[in-house]
Amino acid sequence: MGKKIGKQTVRLSKGVPILSTASTVGPKEAEGPLGAYFDKKVEDALFGQDTWEQAESFFVQENMALAVQKAGLKMKDMDYILCGDLLNQCTGSCFGIKNFDIPYFGLFGACSTMGEAMSLGAMLIDGGFAGHVLTGASSHFCAAEKQFRFPLPLGTQRPPTSTWTVTGDGAAVLAGKGEGPEIVEITTGKIVDMGVTDANNMGAAMAPAAAALLLAHFDDTGRTPQDYDVIATGDLGTIGRELVVELLSKEGYEMDSRFTDCGIEIFDAEKQDTHAGGSGCACSAVTFCGYFYPKLKAGEIGRMLFIPTGALMSPTSSQQGQPIPGIAHGLVIEGCGKGAAK
Amino acid sequence: MMEFAKAFLVGGLLCVIGQILIDKTKLMSGRILVMYVCLGCILGGLGIYQTLEEFGGAGATVPLTGFGFRLAEGVMKEVDSAGFLGIFTGGMKAAAGGVTAAVFFAFLAALVANPKEK
Amino acid sequence: MQTTQKAQQEYDKMVKKASPNSPIFTNCLKAFVSGGLICAGGQLLLNLFLDRNFTENEAALCVSITLIGISAVLTALGLYEKLGKFCGAGTIVPITGFANSVVSPAIEFKKEGMVFGMAAKMFLVAGPVIVYGTLTSMLVGLIYFLIGR
Repeated sequence: MGKKIGKQTVRLSKGVPILSTASTVGPKEAEGPLGAYFDKKVEDALFGQDTWEQAESFFVQENMALAVQKAGLKMKDMDYILCGDLLNQCTGSCFGIKNFDIPYFGLFGACSTMGEAMSLGAMLIDGGFAGHVLTGASSHFCAAEKQFRFPLPLGTQRPPTSTWTVTGDGAAVLAGKGEGPEIVEITTGKIVDMGVTDANNMGAAMAPAAAALLLAHFDDTGRTPQDYDVIATGDLGTIGRELVVELLSKEGYEMDSRFTDCGIEIFDAEKQDTHAGGSGCACSAVTFCGYFYPKLKAGEIGRMLFIPTGALMSPTSSQQGQPIPGIAHGLVIEGCGKGAAK
Repeated sequence: MMEFAKAFLVGGLLCVIGQILIDKTKLMSGRILVMYVCLGCILGGLGIYQTLEEFGGAGATVPLTGFGFRLAEGVMKEVDSAGFLGIFTGGMKAAAGGVTAAVFFAFLAALVANPKEK
Repeated sequence: MQTTQKAQQEYDKMVKKASPNSPIFTNCLKAFVSGGLICAGGQLLLNLFLDRNFTENEAALCVSITLIGISAVLTALGLYEKLGKFCGAGTIVPITGFANSVVSPAIEFKKEGMVFGMAAKMFLVAGPVIVYGTLTSMLVGLIYFLIGR
């Protein structure tokens, strides 16, 4: 267990560089405050396809290929693809990458999937099992609404605690050697169930898992929130973020303005009427790939703790009155340029 | 003119009750519709909804409680004319027009319209 | 993270405090005005049909069919969903809301086929209304049969 530090954290024997990232988003995300940062923006949420589900697979395929191309590599250079999404049986991902002809592990971590993919990808590389791993996660607002809530044309009001599923795909190429921001430590989250049953308040359902992950990480590494330039959770939204701040302050940690949430960053809640913020696998994936990654690469961010969060539920479990357990996966990523970190 | 004001008032108030239920109890719209139909049907059976209809006109019949009321009226009329079997036929007969219209228009709409993004 | 019952109760309190409530007053106002307008429109239609020498029952049915038709058109154009976001219960409670709940799954699930998609899912939201409406009418009929006549 040489690489394991503490209970839930591993320190990789050497940093695993992220060679490139790519992000593709739908029209609403393009209009948001991060719109300018994404690689591809599409006007039509169908992406020229026949159904929402086919649209998701289509932009998974395009965006994954784009990430590889941006790394200056060919798809055949990839040893593994690790990705996932929210659709039943992860069809968004597998139909998207089926023609790449690359060994594939399909992942499900609800909206934390990007964290799961990058964690496992970095471990595969550090273990010497792969030279290049393509990781990614996707979601589609319309497909998710259709599967988890109601048909889109139904006239309902969204409560103020609800979040808006991000349409898009984020992909990152991890490598054994090369230039790029490096994944150095990984803290893997446990499932935390605090008995939240309100499917319109996902932030509250996931906040305890994010708080538990942060506590475990600080415990394992001996660091504090102030040792990071940015701590970004996945899709807690405004309510979830507030709850994490409160939960952490009870344990004696002060989460200051360096702590943000991808779901808060990606939409303008007032103007875009997204209520508590963005959510979905793509929320953390595109925000990291489009917004944070270039800042890490430019050395503007020295050390970042990236924590995609997920709410583990299905329409069936929800209808059966089961609570919504949460999960969160943490990655410490160090920016380029010496002296930025440490 | 007075009957429009009455319809507005009764219909508006029935919607306000629904809104309070949605916001206070987090009930989904589907459950609200079920509650309204059952409530209208029971009030119709008790002979209370008739008074509301006389006062509110369309304000009492357009909300879904009015649909429930029509079921109650239908089943009672059918029991009067057909006896016990009327219990099985009256409600559905009264609902037939509305349900058939909904099926027909939904079918037409599905033929011409495609799912749209929000 | 403690997930004992006590911790869960405490967390539940925290969540309630952190979660904003729906703006119930403005929501109710919107529901009142929009729902009231739909019903006043219904009254207008009712009078029109009564003027055309329909019986009261026929006229009421004509009003229902007309409103269901209008709702279907607005739903197909994607407008009813926008109205619903603003009006809340004002567009759910009237018969137009019932129609919207039948038309929307029919459109949304047509991609899964006209039989198992469109037709099978048509009453996904409104089915319970028919089921419980029918059952309640049977109950009313039974009681009326036993003691009402």
